[in-house]
Amino acid sequence: MNAIQGEILVEGRAGHGEALVLDAPISFWGGVDPKTGRIADVRHPQHGESIAGKVLFLPGTIGSSSASAVLLELVHNGHAPAALVLHEPDAILLLGLIVAREMGWETPVAVRMDRDTFPRVDVDAVLSISSDGRVLSTGA
Amino acid sequence: MALALTDDQRAMASGERGEGTAMAMRIVARTAELLGAPRLIPIASAHIDGALYHGDSGTLFAEKLVEGGAKVSVRATLNVGALDLTGCSRDRLPEHERGMARRMMEAYRTLGCEPSWTCAPYQAGHRPAQGTDVAWGESNAVVFCNSVLGARTNRYGDFLDIACAIAGYAPDYGLHRPENRRARFVFDVSALAPSFLASEIAWPVLGSLYGREAGNDVGVVTGVARHPGEDALKAFGAAAASSGAVGLFHVAGVTPEAPDLAVALGGEKPERTIVVTAEMARTAQLRLSTAGEVDRIDAVAIGSPHLSPREFEELARLIGGRRLAVPFYACTGRHALAHLDKCGLRRGLEAAGVTIVADTCVVVTPIMAPHPDGVLMTNSGKFAHYAPGNTGYGVIYGSLADCVESAVSGWPALAETAP
Repeated sequence: MNAIQGEILVEGRAGHGEALVLDAPISFWGGVDPKTGRIADVRHPQHGESIAGKVLFLPGTIGSSSASAVLLELVHNGHAPAALVLHEPDAILLLGLIVAREMGWETPVAVRMDRDTFPRVDVDAVLSISSDGRVLSTGA
Repeated sequence: MALALTDDQRAMASGERGEGTAMAMRIVARTAELLGAPRLIPIASAHIDGALYHGDSGTLFAEKLVEGGAKVSVRATLNVGALDLTGCSRDRLPEHERGMARRMMEAYRTLGCEPSWTCAPYQAGHRPAQGTDVAWGESNAVVFCNSVLGARTNRYGDFLDIACAIAGYAPDYGLHRPENRRARFVFDVSALAPSFLASEIAWPVLGSLYGREAGNDVGVVTGVARHPGEDALKAFGAAAASSGAVGLFHVAGVTPEAPDLAVALGGEKPERTIVVTAEMARTAQLRLSTAGEVDRIDAVAIGSPHLSPREFEELARLIGGRRLAVPFYACTGRHALAHLDKCGLRRGLEAAGVTIVADTCVVVTPIMAPHPDGVLMTNSGKFAHYAPGNTGYGVIYGSLADCVESAVSGWPALAETAP
């Protein structure tokens, strides 16, 4: 994968970690354990995996309007993803990062990328995202 | 287009009315930028989903607003908290969590919110007029407010709801704009048997299917011969908003912005039509259950969204003075509790073995006994969706009558199924 420039949705610190490309949309509330970052929704194909420390590619979010609270809690307790990559701004989710910044807490960067860029990310790829939104593969 | 703030809004954001109000306005404005909203619009009311404890961070946020001297500037009701402050039921939260949850609920009261503590505020006297802009949180309340009341709200998440309530403004975006409220697709249920459509399970089952088909889109349900009643629309919306990102639906001939199909579609052709077959309804019902073949149930939970007085009357009628064999949780708000006390229903329900849960619910806070392979029966599409992840129980979905019969015998009885 070549470097891809993402568009910054919410500013934050540069991130580095394994890519986790979700195969299906997820509801953060009820779908992700706010204490650990583990995917708790038994109907989700990646049930049991953890989003903590990952460069998380989200094909979409569904369900409850409490997604932002779960993300804020993950930022506060150190189990947030290393970076978030979305197709389109999801205000409900990203609000968790906006509020974290108002609280004075350090947040992962969130960027937007085109839908067709998602499948080009290899499973097990290790990615770095700079604070200006450049996504680089750094090996598997 | 860049976001344009008025002088008043800019002054608010820079701290003219205190740091708490400034923080609220900055959160509203930053979110508006993210959404691409050109301006902020005044709101008439808010429903606040942010007072449910998910961890210490939410409590610290609310207390920072309090420290900054913030107060809500419009009517603001509160969604459920993590504690039953009425004492009807007892939670199993560890001491630290209980203390932080209580601090959080107190902070939201201090900000000036009403202690309604319900996910069905629209049945507790908070019904904004058709066409007014409001900022509501809690996915089922949002969908009911838009669809059944015809007021205009987006799906406000925690923090943005209270921030809008304090600022008195919301981003001009999404479902606040009339052009985004027309239906894009048709969800035709006319091929289903009238007997199924008249049954209680039809609405949560079809809602669950609708949510999966809809994604973010606004749709219109056709083929409904008569108004199914407010509790049925409540169940449909809650299920739809659990399985999809549904903020608004129309039912032709029933909901306020859909006097007929053509008006709901805004005079345009639908982008797609989903003709619901009996097979689709059957599959949707099966998908609500996760427990598989079981020969016992360990608990029943109903009341997501919170039960109305009418639903409690139906529950009492179905129990008919019998004694329940398994724990049975009926979740509701103070508005219904007051009615139950007044008409004397509460004593009979509790004598039969019903645990009334007020101010909160069993899927958002630990009230039920932990059970590694427990089986929970429910008539709620929303509970069916969230209970496995949040409680660890597997779910069997059935009608209220089936829930009651199963609770009396202790084994799952499923008399009512999709055709």
